[in-house]
Amino acid sequence: MTVGVLALQGDFAAHARVLSDLGAEVREVRVPADLDGLDGLVMPGGESTTMTLGIEREGLGDPLRAFAATGAPIFGTCAGLIMLDREHLQIMDITARRNAFGRQVRSFEADLTFPDLDGPPVRAVFIRAPWIEDAGPSVEILAEVDGHPVAARQGSLFVIAFHPELGDDIRLHERFLADVRAHVGAP
Amino acid sequence: MRDEATFRVKVGLAEMLKGGVIMDVVNADEAKIAEDAGASAVMALERVPADIRRDGGVARMSDPAMIKGIQEAVTIPVMAKARIGHFAEAQVLESLQVDFIDESEVLTPADHAHHIDKWAFKIPFVCGATNLGEALRRIGEGACMIRSKGEAGTGDIVEAVRHLREITGAIRRLTMLDEAELFVAAKELQAPYDLVRKTAQDGTLPVPMFCAGGIATPADASLVMQLGAQAVFVGSGIFKSEDPAARARAIVEATTHYADPARVAAASEGLGNAMQSLEARKLDDTELLAGRGW
Repeated sequence: MTVGVLALQGDFAAHARVLSDLGAEVREVRVPADLDGLDGLVMPGGESTTMTLGIEREGLGDPLRAFAATGAPIFGTCAGLIMLDREHLQIMDITARRNAFGRQVRSFEADLTFPDLDGPPVRAVFIRAPWIEDAGPSVEILAEVDGHPVAARQGSLFVIAFHPELGDDIRLHERFLADVRAHVGAP
Repeated sequence: MRDEATFRVKVGLAEMLKGGVIMDVVNADEAKIAEDAGASAVMALERVPADIRRDGGVARMSDPAMIKGIQEAVTIPVMAKARIGHFAEAQVLESLQVDFIDESEVLTPADHAHHIDKWAFKIPFVCGATNLGEALRRIGEGACMIRSKGEAGTGDIVEAVRHLREITGAIRRLTMLDEAELFVAAKELQAPYDLVRKTAQDGTLPVPMFCAGGIATPADASLVMQLGAQAVFVGSGIFKSEDPAARARAIVEATTHYADPARVAAASEGLGNAMQSLEARKLDDTELLAGRGW
């Protein structure tokens, strides 16, 4: 089982570390050929403008849409959530609002309860984070802050506006890898 | 419970800037060019280091009106510089809600003994360092990101390489020490013992380490990334070059593909002249900026 982490810019190394600690084979993705044979993909946090330009420069738009169309799980965090929305890669039926909580001085951490996650709430770190401004009918909202959706799922797509890779809570990465395992059909 | 400005939240923004290029800009037009070229953040300042060097005199925090203009022009994070020890300038920058404050040796120091108590601020700080002891002292004071200093405004990479190697080499040596030796290392580094011990255990600084001071080409960016920098600051290197937009795009591309020489080569093609440069070794001691900081 090999999962990719989009490595154009951002905290991709932190995601790669969590995923390899959980036993996954991890590959950094910078060009379309890096997507070949991947069973799942993480779109990390970083600067969404920088990432958008990087995706254009590398010609990654169509290959990423084709990858999503195979039904392979994609886990988008923060800028990754923005990349997947209607105004960027148009992979997920959501519209993100960038820097929705404000500048860095308004960045925060908070406890988030997920409906189908056992144990204590997730301590979620939000950095100049987006929220989901609008979502289509097939999108399930999983968590909110101040009434704004910050976590959602649509089929094989799972997005959150915060950064589990910066904390020590591995449950959301475990969940992503479970999705990947189910997709591959491995035990 | 919602908590703002925790250390994790402050360091978190530094984490998001990894693998990217932070560009010095002096007005909203340059900021827009930087953003359109793929900068992960901009550093708003009145004069780039090459001009500060040329003009001489006292270099200070920028005009808040200029900083606000840049904040309105772009959506990427906006950083700004305060003088070393000038906590009132930092307070002003915090009230403007810049995203990161650089307590910078490029400006003329305001205090020859004390750096700013950075724990007192909600905004994260980046500080320069030439060696591991200096880096850990800054982190002890609350810095959330370290940048190796290099020699700003020269376009000469040699000092950036020296400082990066000083820091990464010292970390590697630290990882081989036993518990008793770590106490001596803390004394010799003149750095807080618990940070020395954590660095030895992790084999890396407790906060992200970026590189600054002398990066002028895509290959320069590749060099410092391969030497362990996690992102790069480019000051005079972009807007003092012949074709700033093309050079900015090229340095962004080379930073992403720093380990792929063919991509760095492609990015380096046809960029025109780099900034007019100064050989750092030929500068007088009084002209060096990297020695500022204690």
